[in-house]
Amino acid sequence: MRSSVIIFPGSNCDRDMDVALRKFGFKNQMVWHNDKSIPKSDLIVLPGGFSYGDYLRCGSIASKSKIIKSVIDFANSGGLVLGICNGFQILTETGLLKGILQQNKFLNFICRNVFVKVKDKQNKYFKDLKKDLLELHIAHNEGNYFCSDDELKSLEDNNQIAVTYCGEDGTEDETTNPNGAIKNIAGIFNNNKNVLGMMPHPERMIDKYLSGEDGSLFFKNIIDNFK
Amino acid sequence: MEVTEAVAIDHGLKKEEFSKICELLNRTPNLTELAIFSAMWNEHCSYKSSRKHLKKMHTKGKQVIQGPGENAGVIDIGDDDAIVFKIESHNHPSFIEPYQGAATGVGGIMRDVFTMGARPIANLNSIHFGSPQHKKTRNLLRGVVKGIGGYGNCIGVPTIAGQTTFDESYNGNILVNAMTLGLVNKNKIFYSKAAGLDKPVIYVGSKTGRDGIHGASMASATFDDKIEEKKPTVQVGDPFTEKLLLEACLELMADNSIIAIQDMGAAGLTSSSVEMASKGNLGIELNLSEVPCREEKMTPYEIMLSESQERMLIVLEKGKEEHAKKIFDKWNLDFAVIGKTTNSKKIQLIFDNKKVAEIPIDLLAENAPIYDRPWKKTKLPQKLKFDKDEFKSLKLPDCLKKILSNSNISDKKWIWDQYDHTVMGDTIQKPGGDAGVVRVHGTNKAVAASVDSSALYCFSHPLTGGKQIVCESYRNLISVGAKPIAITNCLNFGNPEKEKNMGEFVECVEGITEASKYLDFPVVSGNVSFYNETKDKGIKPTPTIGGVGLISDYQQMLTMDFKTEGNLVYVIGKTDGHLDQSIFARELLNEKKGPPPTVNLFNEKNIGETLLDLSRKNLIVSCHDVSLGGILTAVSKMCIKGKKGIKINSLKGLTNKYEYFFGEDQARYIVEIPRASLKKVIEILNKYSVHFDDLGIIDGNSIKYNDDINLPIEELADAHKYWLKKYMDS
Repeated sequence: MRSSVIIFPGSNCDRDMDVALRKFGFKNQMVWHNDKSIPKSDLIVLPGGFSYGDYLRCGSIASKSKIIKSVIDFANSGGLVLGICNGFQILTETGLLKGILQQNKFLNFICRNVFVKVKDKQNKYFKDLKKDLLELHIAHNEGNYFCSDDELKSLEDNNQIAVTYCGEDGTEDETTNPNGAIKNIAGIFNNNKNVLGMMPHPERMIDKYLSGEDGSLFFKNIIDNFK
Repeated sequence: MEVTEAVAIDHGLKKEEFSKICELLNRTPNLTELAIFSAMWNEHCSYKSSRKHLKKMHTKGKQVIQGPGENAGVIDIGDDDAIVFKIESHNHPSFIEPYQGAATGVGGIMRDVFTMGARPIANLNSIHFGSPQHKKTRNLLRGVVKGIGGYGNCIGVPTIAGQTTFDESYNGNILVNAMTLGLVNKNKIFYSKAAGLDKPVIYVGSKTGRDGIHGASMASATFDDKIEEKKPTVQVGDPFTEKLLLEACLELMADNSIIAIQDMGAAGLTSSSVEMASKGNLGIELNLSEVPCREEKMTPYEIMLSESQERMLIVLEKGKEEHAKKIFDKWNLDFAVIGKTTNSKKIQLIFDNKKVAEIPIDLLAENAPIYDRPWKKTKLPQKLKFDKDEFKSLKLPDCLKKILSNSNISDKKWIWDQYDHTVMGDTIQKPGGDAGVVRVHGTNKAVAASVDSSALYCFSHPLTGGKQIVCESYRNLISVGAKPIAITNCLNFGNPEKEKNMGEFVECVEGITEASKYLDFPVVSGNVSFYNETKDKGIKPTPTIGGVGLISDYQQMLTMDFKTEGNLVYVIGKTDGHLDQSIFARELLNEKKGPPPTVNLFNEKNIGETLLDLSRKNLIVSCHDVSLGGILTAVSKMCIKGKKGIKINSLKGLTNKYEYFFGEDQARYIVEIPRASLKKVIEILNKYSVHFDDLGIIDGNSIKYNDDINLPIEELADAHKYWLKKYMDS
């Protein structure tokens, strides 16, 4: 499976994503934001970081960068586009995903492990995933997902909520919500479920010496579903 | 403006220094020249009070590639890999403007490291605040933590460890010390020594603005009531630009275009250009009209003194200008040829086609004043005679809970949750352990780092305190299974013009030197911060040691959390029960006098080597050094982290339980030993003639000791984990 990771000025999880993708068998290449086109890919990843310094609004300047048109075209033609953290913020700014990511409720950057519940498995990312709960890692200041009531209803009606924050036992409430996100939302799909944006970083959870290994399951599953 | 003695004094120079300048130049300097002298001759840049003593430091070792004197120190960790590291203070600016002060402290130290060609792989920090009751403390802490996070998180370098303390002596002068480690191929290290004539001098990075003018002079003076007025001297950081600068510099460093490179830190363009020329024994000519400026009508004086961040000065090979420019264009950074190296051995400045300054380099560097300041020795205080009958009214569980929730012992998760500590995907020991550990990317090796200081010990007896922190750093590295290699130090002191403060400095340095020599733990970089004083009140002497060690196979890394029920827990090293200067004495007896615990360097080294032997042979499964709060505090932390209890054996003979459990004797560790390994462990301990106590067995969910203690781990965890969060929320 071929993947491309886009590097924006200020991206800082690009290498980590490259390492993770290669580890699980992706043929990955790095693409510079000023390039006009993206090499043939089965998956495009917008990595975490602070693209363009997150000036104006997180992800906003990146959503107007040269490469983005190719990303949007690729997504609209059904290609898999994954945005992690800042990548998720960029995807909402492009309009590929609904809603916005506001500053965390308690106004602090948060870096720690969280549990998320996989809400939908009828998609190429989570289909046949053996677990329903994943332990992942978050590191963000603006991860507080918000959208209008109508948008929320349509996300729910179309099963576009991908993952939600929860406790180790699956409880979804205020105490297991790290950033104040509406309905504990940690990640969502577009209508066709080929575009996934999520705040947690699976690429930081890929071996037992790191914060955990559940990120491995995520990447393996994408590859397995592609085969 | 006419330059007079009064103007010179306004620039932070002393009367005698001004006459010396006029004498050396054989004329009165113009205002720009005076500014350059004031920038180069201040304490921060010239080390005029400390240099004499720093020379004595132990700086050499088998693995040392570069000792003090460069942008950062460099050590060899095998296979052509080298670690570049340094710690630096940003105390004065952080007190005036906590967010920007701390942020630019982090930015500055990272630049020192990548200037040498290394990619930063870990950040650490040691931050010290006034009493929690002081009205400024909460906001300063919040601002500093946000600043450190704001910068480091954006660059994408994990913050892997740190230290936070509270003491009323920091009420008017907080300390913010930032440390960075970088990884470099040892054959591709870049230095700041210029070489060759007529080589282009290049300015890259951000534009120059009016921020930070006189920053270095501000950091070389004490504070008074008007400190708020100094806000404009604090620089403003832009981590995004620094990230671009980092990537652009590393890209340019991939080939041989760069002759010398130096970041523009304290005293900006002045000190970077003078240092490069001075090291290369050359002259330098700069056309200031070519310097990219952010604001209009900046004068040569302002351009030379600006401390705008995220800027570098490069001496390039001739003909490489276009190639270099392309790289900086790609990263959207300013690039300007602003001068050349010359054989004049002078710094010559041109502005608007006119010569605006000309000073022989040696007057600014080698001829800068050096002072042999008078200093006073601190006598070792008399050991206290505690009334042990008084202890009897104290219940052990209450003492333990009080100590665990003490501001200096309690968990600092509230802080490090705000630092990205996992980016780069190699952090295998997070903040909260004895040391942070990151893997050397793509190898089996890992690097451990820790920052430590013990102001209470140093205040009581600087010589012992100086030795103790080096040992503490050594132990923290050994506790995670790393072989200690070298240290960097940040020497935070009061006013060197006072004999007592100067004495504290001299004796701490002596202690550091003695310990680092004995432990073969050389100092490879560092910085000195004097004048941490407000209205005549100075800080307690706070030398901070940043230690770095190597784990050759990261699978052998140790952590402190108890692992398995039924395993045995031993105290390695002898406990005499030294309570003077302990947390126990302070918190429960309100006793602040007495000497710090004695440091026995032979024991430190011997026990340290024993522990390394045990960990290399995989005979112990967890380890933690015993420091503040003594054995019971250390064991509690191991229980809390591992969510497991311990049954502690009855103490032998006449040992006083308070002294045994809370004494802060040095050179001790607590280890967890699987039963199957016990015989071998005891053999090794006996081989090294190391004292050990069989402390107990991992058991259940509470700490139990005879009839005295039966405390559920959850209750202990509550006492330990939430003090800071509650404090910040209140």
